[in-house]
This record gives sequence, C-alpha cells and structure tokens, in this order.
Amino acid sequence: MTTTHTVSTPTRAGTLGTNAHRPDGVAKVQGGFAFSSDMWSENMLWGATLRSPHPYAKIISIDDSAALAIDGVECVVTAQDVPGSPYYGLIMSDQPVFAAIGDTVRYCGEPIAAVAADHPETCKRALAAIKVVYEILTPVTNPQDCVSGIAPQIHPEGNVYRHQRIITGDQSIVGEVIVEGTYEIGMQDQAFLGLESALAIPDSGGEGLELYVATQWLHEDQKQIAACLNIPEDKIRLVLGGVGGAFGAREDISLQVHTCLLALKSGRPVRISYGREESFYGHVHRHPATIWMRHHADRNGKILKIESTMLFDGGAYCSTSPAVLINAITHTQGPYKCDNASVEGWAVRTNNPPCGAMRGFGVVQACFAHESQMEKLAAALGLSPVEIRLRNVMETGDRLITGQIMDSVAPVEQCIRETGAIAMPEPLLPNADIRQIPGGTGLTAQPGNIVRGVGWGVSMKNLMYSEGFDDYSTARCRMTDGVVSVKFATSEVGQGFTMLAQQIARTILGVDEVLLDTIDTQVGSAGSTSASRQTWMSGGAVKAACEKVLEDLFDHAALTFELSRDHVRIEETDIVDILSGRRIAVSEASKGISFDRTEEYHHPPTEDLDENGQGNCHVAFAFVAHRAVVDVDVELGLVKVVQIATAQDVGRILNPISVQGQVEGGIAQGLGLAVMEEIIVNDGKVRNPSFTDYLLPTFLDAPLVEMVLIEEFEPKSPLGAKGVGEPPCISVTPAIANAIRNATGRDLPRVPIRPYDICL
Amino acid sequence: MSSETLGNEIYTLRVNGQEHQVKDAWIGESLLYVLRERLGLPGAKGACEQGECGSCTVVMDSQAVCSCLVMAAAAVDTEILTVEGLGENGSLTDIQQAFLAAGGVQCGFCTPGFIVAVHHLLDSNPEPSDDQIRESLSGNICRCTGYGRILEAVKIVISQRRA
Repeated sequence: MTTTHTVSTPTRAGTLGTNAHRPDGVAKVQGGFAFSSDMWSENMLWGATLRSPHPYAKIISIDDSAALAIDGVECVVTAQDVPGSPYYGLIMSDQPVFAAIGDTVRYCGEPIAAVAADHPETCKRALAAIKVVYEILTPVTNPQDCVSGIAPQIHPEGNVYRHQRIITGDQSIVGEVIVEGTYEIGMQDQAFLGLESALAIPDSGGEGLELYVATQWLHEDQKQIAACLNIPEDKIRLVLGGVGGAFGAREDISLQVHTCLLALKSGRPVRISYGREESFYGHVHRHPATIWMRHHADRNGKILKIESTMLFDGGAYCSTSPAVLINAITHTQGPYKCDNASVEGWAVRTNNPPCGAMRGFGVVQACFAHESQMEKLAAALGLSPVEIRLRNVMETGDRLITGQIMDSVAPVEQCIRETGAIAMPEPLLPNADIRQIPGGTGLTAQPGNIVRGVGWGVSMKNLMYSEGFDDYSTARCRMTDGVVSVKFATSEVGQGFTMLAQQIARTILGVDEVLLDTIDTQVGSAGSTSASRQTWMSGGAVKAACEKVLEDLFDHAALTFELSRDHVRIEETDIVDILSGRRIAVSEASKGISFDRTEEYHHPPTEDLDENGQGNCHVAFAFVAHRAVVDVDVELGLVKVVQIATAQDVGRILNPISVQGQVEGGIAQGLGLAVMEEIIVNDGKVRNPSFTDYLLPTFLDAPLVEMVLIEEFEPKSPLGAKGVGEPPCISVTPAIANAIRNATGRDLPRVPIRPYDICL
Repeated sequence: MSSETLGNEIYTLRVNGQEHQVKDAWIGESLLYVLRERLGLPGAKGACEQGECGSCTVVMDSQAVCSCLVMAAAAVDTEILTVEGLGENGSLTDIQQAFLAAGGVQCGFCTPGFIVAVHHLLDSNPEPSDDQIRESLSGNICRCTGYGRILEAVKIVISQRRA
C-alpha cells in the first residue's frame, strides 16, 4: 500500500491518522466478544419462523393447534397477534409482519407465523406441525411485465415502486461514434457471516421490552417496531448486539418484530437466531437489473450524449428500491463529463425475493453498464481503455446530468494514472503452482489453454443519503474528573467506528483513555451504518460533541490557571497557552470538574429530483479506479483473478490499516459479483440458499491487491475524510469483466460471468 | 423438549483440558451447539451449518474440524481445543496479537475459527508458503477483509517465530 500524502498526520498513539487499536479487538480474537447470536438470558425461549414455500399464494387457513400441543412449545404468533400496524418498511410501509389469512404471500420465504419453545429442535417440530392451506397463484416473475403493465397487480400499492427519468441538454445530438449494449446484473447476497439474531426481554410489567439486536440503524428499527407493537417508542429500548457484518442486509426489519411479539406473548425472554438458509429468505438482496445504454462520442472520444434505460427488480416488497433506483440513474455517466443525457429508470414489484440495500446501492449496477460501454467506445475509436477514460474524466466544478455541480474533491485523472503506474504482475510461468492457475487444486486447467487479460473500471459513488433526507447523527461526550466517555447509537458492524470515535476524542481532547458507552437508543439517532456515511456523519457528531467539551474545558482552565482564553489549544495531552507558553496537563486541568455535551451533525441539505431528474440530490462523492489482471482457461471457462491494482480517493486517512481493510474487503465482494456470486431464482423460488451452492470468494480466490490511497483533504467533510466502504466494490466488477472480455474476445454482457458464458 | 427425545445418559467432553459433563441433552445436538449453549464456550461460531465457512473450527485430537458437523456425543474420549483454550491466563497468543496488529479483524465473526485454524496450520507446518497458507485457510470464509490482512498476520507470526 502506498499513499499520496497531502495531509500531515500526528504521531501520538491512538489519535487520528494512526493505526489505533480496535476497542473490540482483544475480545474478538479470544472468542469472548458477544455477537447477537451469543446473547442469552435466564429462562430464555427459542423462537423460529414459519415461512411460505410458495412465491405467490392466498392463505386460506392456518391451524396451529398441533404445534401448541407439542411438549415444550410456549406460544405461536400470527398476523392476528400484531396489535399495531400490520405492515412495516423503510420507505413504504408495505411489508406484512406476517401474511394474514385471506391475504397473499408474495415471495417464497415470507413469514406466516412464529413459535417460541424450549429448544431449537422443538421449534422445528412445531413449525412442521402448523398446517397452512394455500391457494397457489401464478407468480409475477418477469419485471418487464410490470413496466409494460401486463402483469396482474400483486399488491394494493401497485407493481411500480418508482419510475424516474433524467433529461438534460440537447437530445438531438448524434455522435460520430455510437456504441450500445444491454447488460444484466445478477442478484447478489450480502452474505455477512454473523447471521440474523435478536434477544427480546420483556419488562416485568409487561408493557415494554428490551431488544438486543444486530442491526444497522437502531432508531429506525425502534420506530418501526413500536408502530407494529402499538406501544410508545420509549417503551422499547434497543441495544446493539454484536454485529457480524452487514453490507446493507441489516437495514430492514427481519426478525425484530417477531422476537418482540413472542416475548410479549410468552412473558419470557426470547431469542431468534436464523440459520444460513433462513438468512437468504430473511433479508433483502442486491437488485438484479437490466440496463440498456447507448453512448455517443465525437471522433476524439469525447462523450457527447448518453441514453439509458434501467430496470431494477425490487421483488415483493419495497424496502429501499426507490432510492436504489435513483442512485443508479444519477450515476449513469460514471466519473466522466457528459452534457446531454436521457435516462429512464424503473424499480418494480414482482414475486421474486425482496431486494434493497447492498454495498454500492444501485451504483454497482450502473457502473457495470457504463464501464462495459467505455470498453466498447475504446474499441470503436481504436483508443486504449486508459486513453478513452482520460479524455473524459470528471473534475471538480463539472455539471452532472442532474444539473448538480460536482463540488467534492474529484481526483479521477489521478486515480487512473496512479492505478496505471502500479507494476503489472509477473507472467504466468509454465511451471506455476497449481494454486495460482484457473481451477486451482481441482487440477482442471491446461496451461496451454490459459490466456491472460487486462481490464479497467473506474467509478463515482455518492456518500450519505440523498434527495432531501436529513440523515443526521448524534453523539454525547462527557469529561468527568479527567475521564472521557463517548456515547452514540452508531452501529458498529465491523467497520471500526468505535475505534474511530476514540481516535477523534483522543485527538481533540488530549487524552489517551476514552471510554465508550453502550450503543443503544438512550441517545439520539446516528442514522444508518450505510451509504459510506458514518465516518463523515457520526464522525462529525463525535467531533462536534468533543469540541464543545473542549470549549468548556478551555473556559474552566483559562479561569483557574489564568491562561489567555483566546490563545489556548491542545498539544499532545496538554493545554498550551501560545502567548505565555504555559502548559497545563489536561489531566490536571480537568480535575474535579464535569462537562457533558450532546451534539448533532447535519450535512448540507439536498433536494428531490424534479420530473426531468434535475436537482442537487447528492451530498458528496468519492472516486476509484481498478485495473484487473485475469488468467482464463478459455476451454473450460475458468477464471483466476491474478491482481487488482487500485487507486482510491479517500480524503484524509484517519486509520491506514482500516482503509486498507475496507479496500481489500470491497474488492473481494466485487470479485464475487464478477465471477461467482448469484442467488439463482427460478419461478420465484431461490434454488441455492446455502454456502454450498451460493459461492463466496475464499482465500484462494482472493487476488493480489496493490493499492494507492489518494489522500486529499475533503473540505466539506468534518474530519476531511471520505467514506471508503463502498467504492472498492463498485468498479472492480466491470474491471474483471473487461479483463475476461480482453482475454476471450467475448461480449459477456452479464455478471456473474459463469464458466459456460466463456466456453460455450 | 419432551422426555422421549431427550438423552437420559450423561456424557463427558474434554475441552481445553477440562472435563465437562453434558446432561439432559438431545442426542442430535452438534458439538458446536453443546459448546456454545451448554458449556458456556461461545467462541466457536455458527454461520453455515454445513462445514463450508469454518467459523466453528475447533481442534479435535490434533485435527481441525468444523464443530457444526460433529455430533457432540461422538466427541466423547477426544481432546477438544477451542479458541477459549488458547493463550495462558487470558493472555494473547502471538497469532492473536498478529491478527490485531495486521488488521485481520473487522466484524470478527470468522476470527475465532481463523485463529484456531492458523494455530493448527503453524503447529503442523511452521513455515508454510503463501500458497500453502491460502490453501490451508481456504475452508475459512471471511466476508469483511478480503483475506489480505489475515495473510499478513500469518506471515508476521512465521517471521517472528523464525527469529
């Protein structure tokens, strides 16, 4: 890893810019860290969920009498037991807590009932004993039928979640060079390792409860649960259970309401923990999409106009489909200048599995299309993949197709040039270790059939939420007798925010020890751990709270120690009066006093898009380039990704190893989408809900990653940093696809690229 | 559970050098379940229930196994080592320290399985090549790190032990 430094970094251990220690690290390597699935309570029952085996069916009857007769079964809950809103949802409240008698199930795996019993095995037997009579209906599985209107309406809210166009510039322009294609992206799963799990503990009075849950957004869960339970929000205290990864899949309600209902009905603590198969049914996935794009360019390769239609299959319930669609269409141009565009996007409802947030959030799909197009444009013009991109790179000050002015740091050219300067890997040797060739230890590839290919992908990604949403964050900082503690509701899902919060407090307040309070709903909302937003948003809130406490400390110190109030600052762990040169240790100055500040951070407001897709809808952007080198056995269609070179625009680097980990982890997920990961759905049914059949990149699949971090302070960001979580997984997918195209000469318009796409 | 499905036999497991009696257990319980839910050893994690992800890795008689695939009652008379049995008196092993120093831990769910698997690897082969490390650990899936920092951690330990 190398860095192009523009920001000086302090050196005191644990402050911003250093590789601070994770506060949860020791517990995690010793096995003592409590994930939500490790939660346990005295007198606890196990919960489990009955799910529909059909993608579309009317429920005629539900008979739970045989289940209740089983020794050890405590209670069963169905739609009749939901006291409040029967529906929930992030954007549209359209998803039933349980499908009700007389209503329909709309996807395979939809919850119908939940049981609580003394043992997981008892739960399984109880679920098998519940008799549900269905009238099976013909599912709507082709999203195009929802656009054309020929599909029957499968929900009172209709079959279209959102239809939005972007029209800008001169539509009559025709390029001297025109390339087009239709691209498909398969349904990817977040596949976090820590399965969904929650423990609900009812209050002794029976009116409220405490819920320990692995989630991305405690306060949003609290709001939706309270509405379904019909109890005040303050009667439900949510505490973050240890989260084993998220990647978007924990943004929606899954087992939260079910667990609470069972706990309230039984009057006992209840834990639900999904297994892997259930997890595939229990959370939303990345939208499968079909995208048509046509690029017009002049003879020099300058992009003149882009036309596109995008169709996103949102599955049975809305989740975040409208927002995913808007992200996709507003990123049609990618990180390139474009004055004229016509884009039309649809997100629709089908009886396929519900889709919603996953790392990259719509931009992954758009990027696969525009980067496939850039390769076609390069070929049509006889330019190199690098040259066509350099001739179109976006810069700060450019006008986007939405009319918004790019006011983020935008080092797109530097990303491309730094990536290109990374050394290529050694050629594959005839006697290479079998673990380095396609097919690996399967001993399947013939060295003579292996062809090397190189491909590029470059992307732009918005940071934070969009379209007028005020996704603020809250933090509380206390300094009591020299002891600093920080509290927030920010979900730590593995990204390391708890470590960053300590780094911020140490840096601002000149202390070495920073305590972290419990992550729960006893403080204001932090918004969701998604959209690459927490370093910026919750980092901004922690910074603001710490700075308020620092002001209090300075006020106190100036009076007590006769310092010049306007000339004090923190140096290392001292308060220094730069006029007199006097130094007072923070530990000394804070003796016997107590300060307590809670602050919110709000990003600058954004706007909705108008009917022509015009508006300042995004807060900020980050950029990245990827170059992939692959070896392909063209006879068998096997691919080995040899090396990924990348240069990423990260703003100020707050923790180098964390950034490196985000980049490498994101690349592995993008590789998964490129060549192996797909939820296969036939007739509305998931065919591979297991890790045996849904393949994830293993240690042997992971490529060599060579990275350059482009460190340029982002003036709009509270800490100068950009979110780094999403960009790594976005353009690596088309970079790998372009490398395979380069090796095989094939069109390969769809990811994941399967062996038979290459060799048949 | 009802009495006819419960095992009425008591069996003994030897875990991390200590004898544990397992009582009133259903005979179908996996070693993973018994370790986590009956013996108070939650370090091994369940993430796939079919031996694909390695999160539940423990060492049984010098073999690294997926404890989700082992029947607990069949582990009688074996020596079982879990992540909780590593490091003396709560101290970190060199491998655990290297995982932290190299950034090999993010969400941490795969970490205990990886830690046990790396201990087992380096016990049997103190100086594995990069390819051997990758192959040996390819049964442990990590969704967060992309494996780069984990490879770095293992290489740190190898060079430290060599020195």
